Amino acid sequence: MSTNQAVESLLALSQQEDLVDLPKDYPLSASEDEGDSDGERKHQKLLEAISSLGGKNRQKLAERSEASLKVSEFNVSSEGLGEKLVLADLLEPVKTSSSLATVRKHLNRVKSKKTVEVPLNKEEVERIHREVAFNKTSHVLSKWDPIILKNRQAEQLVFPLEKEQPAFAPIEHMLSGWKARSPLEQEIFNLLHKNKQPVTDPLLNPVEKASLKAMSLEEAKMRRAELQRARALQSYYEARTRREKKIKSKKYHRVMKKAKGKQALKEFEQLQKVNPTAALEELEKIEKARMMERMSLKHQNSGKWAKSKAIMAKYDLEARKAMQEQLAKNKELTQRLQVASESEEEEGGTEVEELLVPDAVNEAQMNAEEPNPWMLRSCTSDAKEAGIQEDAEQLPELLDHNVSESEGDERPVAEEEILLKEFEERRSLRKRSKLNQDAESVGSQETKDSISQEVLFELRTLSQKLKENHQSGKQKASSVGTFPQVQREEPVPEEEESLLLQRPERVQTLEELEELEKEECFQNKELPSPILEGHWLKKNPNNQTDAPKKKKKEQMIDLQNLLTTKSPSVKSLAVPTTIEELEDEAETDQKQMIKEAFAGDDVIRDFLKEKREAMEASKPQDVDLTLPGWGEWGGMGLKPSAKKRCQFLIKAPEGPPRKDKNLPNVIISEKRNIHAAAHQVRALPYPFTHHQQFERTIQTPIGSTWNTQRAFQKLTTPKIVTKAGHTIKPIKAEDVGYRSSARSDLSVIQRNPKRLSAHHKKQLKKNSID
Amino acid sequence: MKVKMLSRNPDNYVRETKLDLQRVPRNYDPTLHPFEVPREYVRALNATKLERVFAKPFLASLDGHRDGVNCLAKHPKSLATVLSGACDGEVRIWNLTKQKCIRAIQAHEGFVRGMCTRFCGTSFFTVGDDKTVKQWKMDAPAYGEEEEPLHTILGKTVYTGIDHHWKEAVFATCGQQVDIWDEQRTSPICSMTWGFDSISSVKFNPIETFLLGSCASDRNIVLYDMRQSTPLKKVILDMRTNTICWNPMEAFIFTAANEDYNLYTFDMRALDTPVVVHKDHVSAVLDVDYSPTGKEFVSASFDKSIRIFPVDKSRSREVYHTKRMQHVICVKWTSDSKYIMCGSDEMNIRLWKANASEKLGVLTSREKAAKDYNQKLKEKFRHHPHIKRIARHRHLPKSIYSQIQEQRIMKEARRRKEINRLKHSKPGSVPVVSEKKKHVVAVVK
Repeated sequence: MSTNQAVESLLALSQQEDLVDLPKDYPLSASEDEGDSDGERKHQKLLEAISSLGGKNRQKLAERSEASLKVSEFNVSSEGLGEKLVLADLLEPVKTSSSLATVRKHLNRVKSKKTVEVPLNKEEVERIHREVAFNKTSHVLSKWDPIILKNRQAEQLVFPLEKEQPAFAPIEHMLSGWKARSPLEQEIFNLLHKNKQPVTDPLLNPVEKASLKAMSLEEAKMRRAELQRARALQSYYEARTRREKKIKSKKYHRVMKKAKGKQALKEFEQLQKVNPTAALEELEKIEKARMMERMSLKHQNSGKWAKSKAIMAKYDLEARKAMQEQLAKNKELTQRLQVASESEEEEGGTEVEELLVPDAVNEAQMNAEEPNPWMLRSCTSDAKEAGIQEDAEQLPELLDHNVSESEGDERPVAEEEILLKEFEERRSLRKRSKLNQDAESVGSQETKDSISQEVLFELRTLSQKLKENHQSGKQKASSVGTFPQVQREEPVPEEEESLLLQRPERVQTLEELEELEKEECFQNKELPSPILEGHWLKKNPNNQTDAPKKKKKEQMIDLQNLLTTKSPSVKSLAVPTTIEELEDEAETDQKQMIKEAFAGDDVIRDFLKEKREAMEASKPQDVDLTLPGWGEWGGMGLKPSAKKRCQFLIKAPEGPPRKDKNLPNVIISEKRNIHAAAHQVRALPYPFTHHQQFERTIQTPIGSTWNTQRAFQKLTTPKIVTKAGHTIKPIKAEDVGYRSSARSDLSVIQRNPKRLSAHHKKQLKKNSID
Repeated sequence: MKVKMLSRNPDNYVRETKLDLQRVPRNYDPTLHPFEVPREYVRALNATKLERVFAKPFLASLDGHRDGVNCLAKHPKSLATVLSGACDGEVRIWNLTKQKCIRAIQAHEGFVRGMCTRFCGTSFFTVGDDKTVKQWKMDAPAYGEEEEPLHTILGKTVYTGIDHHWKEAVFATCGQQVDIWDEQRTSPICSMTWGFDSISSVKFNPIETFLLGSCASDRNIVLYDMRQSTPLKKVILDMRTNTICWNPMEAFIFTAANEDYNLYTFDMRALDTPVVVHKDHVSAVLDVDYSPTGKEFVSASFDKSIRIFPVDKSRSREVYHTKRMQHVICVKWTSDSKYIMCGSDEMNIRLWKANASEKLGVLTSREKAAKDYNQKLKEKFRHHPHIKRIARHRHLPKSIYSQIQEQRIMKEARRRKEINRLKHSKPGSVPVVSEKKKHVVAVVK
C-alpha cells in the first residue's frame, strides 16, 4: 500500500520536474532580445574589421556564401546564432505539399510523445522493494496467528507434535554404501562368503516383505477391538430388550410408555426447530394417532373395568378419581396439537418479565386514560397464580412439590402488592402536588422535565425493588441452606449502574430523591477491596459477621468524599468545627445544596453508632459455663440459680485499650491476625480481576483426597508433556493443516537470479578474470 | 459348640498380582475431609521445599578442548551427539550418554567461528578465521581413510557465522554480507547487504524457512527474505546484538541477545516495540537458544552464568553457575527439551538439566501422578508469600550478586532522575517513554 503510494508520488514528482523543464526551453527559441543581439553583432563586426586591418589576416578572408540575410565578404556572419531551430518552422513548408504527408505524420508523432521519466535512484528502488517484500512476508506470517494463539492458550501441549513413523531401512540399503575395510571386518566377510551366507541379497524373503507392507499391528488390533465392541454392544442390547419384554408389571410398562411419549414429544420439538418438513410428517403421525384414539373405545370409560368403577364411583372417592383421570387422559390424547404455542414455560417467563418492567413503564402513559390500572395489574397477577394452580392440577404426580412452589410464589406476590400500594399512594401525592404546581403556574420546562424524569426513575427503581423482592422470595423458597454471602452478593442491576454513569454530577435541578437514590446505589455497589484477608479464615462465623461492617465502613468513606473535605457543614452535632473563613457566594451555594441534599441523613451520628458497635464487638466475651438442670431442677421456665450462674461465669479479662480510643473520627480494626497475615497474599495476583475469583481458585482442592481419580487426573494434567528420548521438531505447516509452499526456496531463488548485487557481480567478474 | 467368628474372604483384599488394582471404597463427602485449603497449602509448601532440595541441575562436564569453546551444534537426528568448535580451530564430536569425545578434527586455523549441521544429520559445516567454509561428514572416516572435509570453499573475507536451511541443501554464511549458498556450488547463489559493518550471526527461520535474521556490529538486526533475495527490515537497538534465535513454535517471534545485558523478544511484523524485554543478566548476553517447545529459552552471558527465561516473562526462572565456569560463550537446548549445554571460556562443555529438580530416568505412574500434583499445587499457591520466597530463592556468586545490587542502585537513580525531570518541566515537554520502547533506536524500512 504505502510503497505503491510512494511510487506514485515519485512519478508525479518526476513529471513535475519535466513540466518545469519545458518552459525553460521554449522561450529561447523566440527572438525576443533581437535588438540587443543586433547591437552586439555590430560591435563584434566592428571589432573584427578593426582587427582585420591589422595585416596578416587580410589574405585569409575568403568569400563564402551563407544562408543569411546579410552576407559579409569579410567574415562568416554570426547572425541567427542565438536562434534555435523549432520544429514548427520546419513543418511550415511541409504543410503545403501533400507529398510529404507521411513525414509530417512522423513528426507529429514525435511531437506528441512525452519524455521518458527519470529512473528512481537506487536507494529509493531498493527501499520500495524491501517494503513490498516485507508486506508480503508479514502477510504470509499472519496465517500463523490463530495457531500460535491456540497453542498459547492450550491447556496441554504434547510434544513432539507429529507422530513420527519409525523408518525401516532394509539392510541391503545400509550395506550398499559400505565396504569392509578393517582387518576384522574383512575376516568376518571372508567367513560369511565361505559359508555362502547372504550378504548383499535381501535378507527378507518376499512373504516377510508382504507382511511388512500389510496392515500394521496396531491398526489390526484397533480394528479387532472395534469389531468386538460392536458385537458386545449388540448382544447387550438384545439381552436388554429380551429382559424388558419379559417384565410383567403393568405399571412398569405404563411408566415406560409415558416416558417414551414424553421423549417423543421432546424430540418432536427439537425436530420442529431443526427440520420443519420432517416435523410436519411427524405431526401427521401424531394426528393419525389422535384419530385412532378417537375411533377406539380406549379411555372412554366403556370398558369392563370402567363400568365396574362407574358402579363403585357413587361410594368410592378413589374410583371416581380414577374415572376422571381416565377421561382426562382421553381428552389429552384426543386434543388437537397446537403448533403455535411453542412452550408454556417460555410464555410464563415472558409474562413475568412483562409484569416486571414494561408494564411499570407503560403505566405512566396509561394512567391518564384509565382510572385504576392497578386493577388490571392485579388481575394479571391473579391469572398467573391461577395458571400456576392449574398447572398443579394438571400434574397430579408432582402435586406436593408444586404446592411448596406456589407457596413460595405467593409471598413475593403479596410483597408486590404492598409495594404497588405504596407506589400508588406516592403517585396520587405527586399528582396532587402537580396539580398544585399547575395552579401556581410555576411549572417551567425544567421542573417538568425533572418531574417526568423523577417519575420514570422512581418507576424504574420500584420495578427494580419488585424484581429484587421476587428474587429474594424465590431464594427463600428454593434454597434453605445458602450462605448469607449469597444474599449479599445480589447482582446490582446493570440498568441502574448505566443510569448512574450517564447522569452528570450535581446537576442543580436534581431533586433530593435522586440524591437518595444515589446513596442507595452506593450501598448496592460493591467496592472491590484490595486487601485479601485469609481465604480459609473467612469460613469462621466471626468473619462473616464483620464482613458487611467493613463494607459499610467503605461506604462511609465514600460518602465523606462526596461531601468534600470541608464537609462538617451539618453542624447539628458537637463536632469541633474548623475556623470559619469568608467564603465565596458560589461556595456557600454549593454548601447549601449539599446540605439540602443530605439533610435527611446524619452521617456523623451513623459513624459514631458504627464505632460504638465495633467497640462492642471487639470486647472480649464472658464465658458462661452453667449447665441448666445440673444439680438442681431444670426445664421450661426454670433458670439456673443466680449463685450457680455467678459460680460458673468466667469473666473475660479486660483486653488492651483500643487503638482508636482517643481518635474520635477513626475506627481502627484490630481484627487482623499478624501471624496469619504472614501466610496470606497481600495483593490480588495478576490474571485475577476480583478477589473472589482468586479465593475460589484457592478453595477448590485438587488432591485425590477430595476428588475422584478421574477428576484428580484432569485437574493435575501438566501443561507441557514431552516424551523422553524424542526429538521435538519445529512446528510445520503440514502439521497444523496448512499447505506448505509447493516450490522449494532454492528453486525460487534460482528462478530469479536478477538481484545479485552489483558489488557481488564485480567480484564474480574478477574471479572469472583470475 | 460352634463359635461364630468374623472372617473375610481373602479374595476381597489380597491382590493376585501386583498389577491388580484393589477397589478401595472411598467417601468423598467434604465434611469427612475438612481443612482442604490448609492441608493443600502445607503440601504445596513441602513440594516447594523439596523442589529446592532436589535442585541439582549440573550433570556433567565434557573436557577435552584445548581452548575456549566458541560454538556448539546439535545433531538433528541423534540426541546423544553434540558438536563443538573451539578457539584453536578444533572441532569435537561428543557422545552425551557416554560423556566422551568420539572424534576430534583440526578443522581450521584460528577460531572456529560458526558451525551447523545439515538437516538430515549426515554432514556438518564449519567456518573459521582462515576464510574457509568446510563441509564434513558426520561419520568418522573409515579405517585407513584420511580425515578431510567433503568440500572446502575458499572465500575472500572472513566468515563469522553459518546456518543451514531447515529443509533444503542451502546454507547461509555471514561476514561482510549475508551469502546464501547452494551446497553444490562454490559461489554463493545470492548475497545480500544492507550497511557496511560486519555481520556477526545469521539464523534461518525454522518454520517459514525462507526467512533469515542477522545481527551486525552496527547495532542493528536485519531480516532477509531468501526467496525475494532482499532484506526486509532493520531495527537499530541501543547496543550491539550478539546473536538471535527464532522461536521454533511461533513463526514470527525471535529473541535477540544484546550487549546491554538484556534480551529482546520481537515480533518480526512489528519491530518498533519488542514484545518482551528480558532483564536479569549483569553483563553482555552472548548467546541464546530456544527450547524446542518454544515456551522458554536459555541465555549465556559474559557474567559467567546462564539463565532460563520463560518466553512471556521479563525475569528469569532459573540461573545456573558453577565456580569454575567462566564467561559462557555458547549455549544450546537439546532437542528433547530436557537438557542444556553450554560451552565456556575455560574449555569445558557443561551439561545441565533444563528443569533443575527433575528426577531423571523412568518414572512409575504413581511418581508421575505425584509430580504432576505437586506441580499443580506449586502453581496454585505460588502467590503465597512463604512459598514464593522459597521458590524464588537462588544462590548467586558474590560477583554477580554485588553487580545486581550495584545495577539496581544505578537504575533507581536513573529512574528518579527521569521522574524529577518530568516533574519539574512543562507538562508534555518531556515525553514518557515506556521501558520497551526505550531500547529501540529506530526501525529502518
